[in-house]
Amino acid sequence: METTLYNIFSMLRYRGREGHWAWVLHRVSGLGVMLFLLLHITDIFLLAFGPNVFNTWLFLFKAPPFRVMEVFLIFGVLFHAVNGLRVILLDFAPGLGRYQHVIVWVETVIVAIVFVPAAVITLAPLFG
Amino acid sequence: MTTGDYHFQRRQAQRPPGSGFEFSAWFFMRVSGVLLLVLAVFHLLYMHMVIRVENINFDTVVGRWTGPWGVFWRLYDLFLLIFAMAHGFNGSRYIIDDYIRWRGVRVAFKTVSAVIAFVLWVMGAYIIFTF
Ligand code: HEM
Ligand code: HEM
Repeated sequence: METTLYNIFSMLRYRGREGHWAWVLHRVSGLGVMLFLLLHITDIFLLAFGPNVFNTWLFLFKAPPFRVMEVFLIFGVLFHAVNGLRVILLDFAPGLGRYQHVIVWVETVIVAIVFVPAAVITLAPLFG
Repeated sequence: MTTGDYHFQRRQAQRPPGSGFEFSAWFFMRVSGVLLLVLAVFHLLYMHMVIRVENINFDTVVGRWTGPWGVFWRLYDLFLLIFAMAHGFNGSRYIIDDYIRWRGVRVAFKTVSAVIAFVLWVMGAYIIFTF
C-alpha cells in the first residue's frame, strides 16, 4: 500500500521535461478511456432489452453533467491517440529522439486543433 | 537520458522487451494503437459531429446496423470492440504490474480484469449481431 501510494505520488513529482508529463497524461488518459469503454459496452448492450429500456437509459448521456464529462473523454482519446503515435514513431525511429521536445509541441498543437471544435460542438447544446 | 526518455519510467517500456510474450504484447500495443488511431478517433468524431449525440436512440443505432451500410458498420464496430478492449486490457495489465506490489493482490486484479474483458467481449459481439 505504502509503495503504491509512493509510486503514484512520485509520478507527480517533476522528473523530466515535457516527456514526463506526456507519459503521466498518457497513462491517466488510457486508463480513463478504458473505464469509459467498460461503461460504453454495457450501455450499448442495453439495446438487447428493447427500445424502451435503451432510450430511457440514454437520457443519462444527454444530461449536462455527462456532456461535460464527454469533453474530458474527447480530450483523453485525442491526446492518447496523438501521443501514442509519437511513442510509436520514437520506438521505431529512435533517431527522432533528438527532436523530441519539438515533437511534443507539434503534438500539442495537433490535439488542440481537433479538440477545440469538437468540444464546442459537444457543449453548444448546453447554451441553447 | 538520451533517446529513451520519452517514457523512461516504465521499466518494461524503456526498450522493447527482448522476446517471447512480452515482446508480442509490446508489438501488439503498437499495431493496435495505429489501428485504433483510425477506428476510435473516427468513431468518436463521427458520433459527435455527424450523427450528434442528441440524435442517438434505439432506432438510429439499429437502423445503422440494418441499413444499406449495415455490414460495414457491424464489422467496424466489431473491430473496434476487439482492438480497443485488447489494447486497453493489456494497458491495464501494465499499470497493475507497475503499482501493485503485493503478489496476491496483483493476481486478483489481473484475474478480475480478465474476466471483465471476456464478459464485455461476449456482450459486445452478441449485441452487434442481434438485429
Ligand atoms: C487511438 C489510438 C491509440 C493509440 C495510437 C494508442 C497507443 C498506445 C501506446 C503506444 C501505448 C504504450 C504501450 C507501451 O508502453 O508499451 C499505449 C498504452 C495504453 N493505452 Fe493506448 N492507444 C490508443 C487508444 C487506446 C484506447 C482506445 C484505450 C482504452 C481502451 C487505450 C488504453 C491504453 C492503456 C490503458 C495503456 C497503458 C498506459 C501505460 O502503460 O502507461 N489506448 N497506447
Ligand atoms: C461519447 C462518445 C461516444 C458516443 C456517443 C458513442 C456512441 C456509440 C454508439 C451509438 C454505438 C452503437 C453502434 C453504432 O451506432 O455504430 C457505439 C458502439 C461502440 N463504441 Fe462508441 N461512442 C463513443 C465513444 C467511444 C469510444 C471513445 C470508444 C473506444 C474506446 C468507443 C467504442 C465503441 C465500441 C467498441 C462499440 C461497439 C459496442 C458493442 O459491440 O457493444 N466508443 N458507440
